[in-house]
Amino acid sequence: MNVIEVLGQLLNITLVFSTALIFAALGGLFSERSGVVNIGLEGLMVSGAFAAAVVTDYAIQAGLEQSAPWIGLMAAAIYGVIFSLLHAVATITFRSDQTVVGVVINILALGLAIYLTRSLYNDSGQTTMLDFVFQKWAIPGLSSIPIIGNGLFNSYPTTYIALILAGISYFVLFRTPFGLRLRAVGEHPSSADTVGINVTKYRYIGVMLSGALAGLGGATITLTTTSSFAHNTISGQGFIALAALIFGKWNPLGVVGAAMFFGFAQALRNFAQLFEFSKQIPAEFYYMLPYVLTLVVLAGGIGRSNAPAALGEPYDPARR
Amino acid sequence: MDTFKKIFVKSSVGIPLAAIVLGLLFGAIVMLAGGYDPILAYTSLVQMLFGSPYDIGEAIRAITPLIFTGLAVAFAFRTGLFNIGVEGQFMMGMTGATLVGVGLELPWYLHAPLAVITGALFGGIWAGIAGYLKAKRGVNEVISSIMLNWIALFLSNFIVAKFLVQQGQQKTPDVHDSARLSMDWLVGLMGNARMHWGTFVAIICVVVFYVLLWRTKQGFELRAVGHNPDAALYAGMNVKGTLVKSMFISGIFAGLGGVFEILGVFGYQTVMAATWGYGFDGIAVALLGGNTPVGVLLGAILFGGLSYGSAGMNFGADVPQEIVRIVIGSVIFFVASHGIVKFFLKPFLSKRAEKRKEAV
Repeated sequence: MNVIEVLGQLLNITLVFSTALIFAALGGLFSERSGVVNIGLEGLMVSGAFAAAVVTDYAIQAGLEQSAPWIGLMAAAIYGVIFSLLHAVATITFRSDQTVVGVVINILALGLAIYLTRSLYNDSGQTTMLDFVFQKWAIPGLSSIPIIGNGLFNSYPTTYIALILAGISYFVLFRTPFGLRLRAVGEHPSSADTVGINVTKYRYIGVMLSGALAGLGGATITLTTTSSFAHNTISGQGFIALAALIFGKWNPLGVVGAAMFFGFAQALRNFAQLFEFSKQIPAEFYYMLPYVLTLVVLAGGIGRSNAPAALGEPYDPARR
Repeated sequence: MDTFKKIFVKSSVGIPLAAIVLGLLFGAIVMLAGGYDPILAYTSLVQMLFGSPYDIGEAIRAITPLIFTGLAVAFAFRTGLFNIGVEGQFMMGMTGATLVGVGLELPWYLHAPLAVITGALFGGIWAGIAGYLKAKRGVNEVISSIMLNWIALFLSNFIVAKFLVQQGQQKTPDVHDSARLSMDWLVGLMGNARMHWGTFVAIICVVVFYVLLWRTKQGFELRAVGHNPDAALYAGMNVKGTLVKSMFISGIFAGLGGVFEILGVFGYQTVMAATWGYGFDGIAVALLGGNTPVGVLLGAILFGGLSYGSAGMNFGADVPQEIVRIVIGSVIFFVASHGIVKFFLKPFLSKRAEKRKEAV
């Protein structure tokens, strides 16, 4: 492989690994911008990965072929929303501790997903391998550009959706009344309430969006990488998405950058095995790299004092 | 009836109890919906737990690490820190114990204590890094400890693979007998269940947790910082130092949990594909126990007991054993959202109270 091919391939794999993180971190963004900590991203991703695997499988059995993954993808978003409603009702309406409920979501989502997998698939801890999952789309014309052609324009459809959604999220958050209100609710809920913004409504929307997007993130992993769901399909990506959210300073474009950084570090370790000079370094150090770099960067001062001001505080109108 | 109402609506001690009942009920509903027999399932669980001395012993073995990790999470919570990194500190504790246990040859009165202390310090230092980053660099401890969990996994694997594992194997040689902490006399009594000294150390740690937080000046400072760091700072306390100290002690609890899994239970360490989960379960245990030492002990017994007994549900009633995770998750949900529990019970209970008034 020459340098140009290698770089293109590296970018391509980076995007494959980043897509799920972009989805989930954008989900966390909407929730946290409205003032609700969502540590349950991991569980919501698990839910999405599970729903996508099962619904796609059933759709294939029902005779659908190429369109089955799309139905699975939508089901994942819906299942994620249902799960996030549990979070919303507990933390917004009943003002429970947001961190605790997030932990509960993580436990419940994984427990329920595997319980249902075993119930539906004759006590097997894994769903059947899907015959139809997403294939890479080469965009005509653009995909023949050197480096970024293969890197960027020859990706899974979910990658394009994630990148487009990031742009839309940026526009919605910073250029529309809806976004302004959502941010107001996260920064200073009592002032927002005073000017007539329904704090409860906006926080519900924020949390439900996080469920839908994290569900899509989980589905991405099932429908592009693993082709089935098992207990280890999502192993910590939700927490990495949380880190990407903070690393990206609660800004959609920053979040994409941070998610791609984590994806790049993951891609790098696959690539390092290909060359003589990089084989000398033990594989564990490549595995550690993204996490060590994150610590170093955070310790260097990025990611401080950017959090929404009312993050983690339940809003109680009686205490205004 | 009044006491009944008090338990559900007012008393904070009653909330966990009500939550456990509701959690088990919710589990039963899920089982019914899946076409399983919940009564058979729960009886099989109890039978599995108390079926033989071996099962009781193994359940205690399963409960022990949860006491350590639960205490670790609860201790940090008391200082206002969310130590989600117990998982990593647990693994560092394992690695420290294995390094000394396999790598050194010493008389038993030096070997075992040195292995325990090394593991505990590994855990403490690992948590201390997160504490230091929080205090000095303002890094959110949740994010730094998530990163440290992954680094701990790969660092442990590197240390084990580089220095301890024999060629072509995935596990270390056994820890020297001089560092083993299993209780051989009890192992025989309990039908070969893996009993070890860690259980006693865990109970001592419950006492240490209490004394440290509520009977010492340092404990007062730790709790004061947890309640209100600004007020603590104004009162002249060293808030930053306290944060690091709290994480360090929390990490020692976590590290000890890992130490006894190696020295007490397995006697060797493997190259790990993923983290163990005891640290994340510790979060659940601490929440169940309301971050109090005795609560953590009871929470660990409930969590560990249910988890161990869940295998019985699988044999006896064919229920996937993950049902137990659903029960535990919903118990914590009901503990955390007691508002919801009260909301649903209130109309029901006040109606009864009214009837009672009418009767009088």
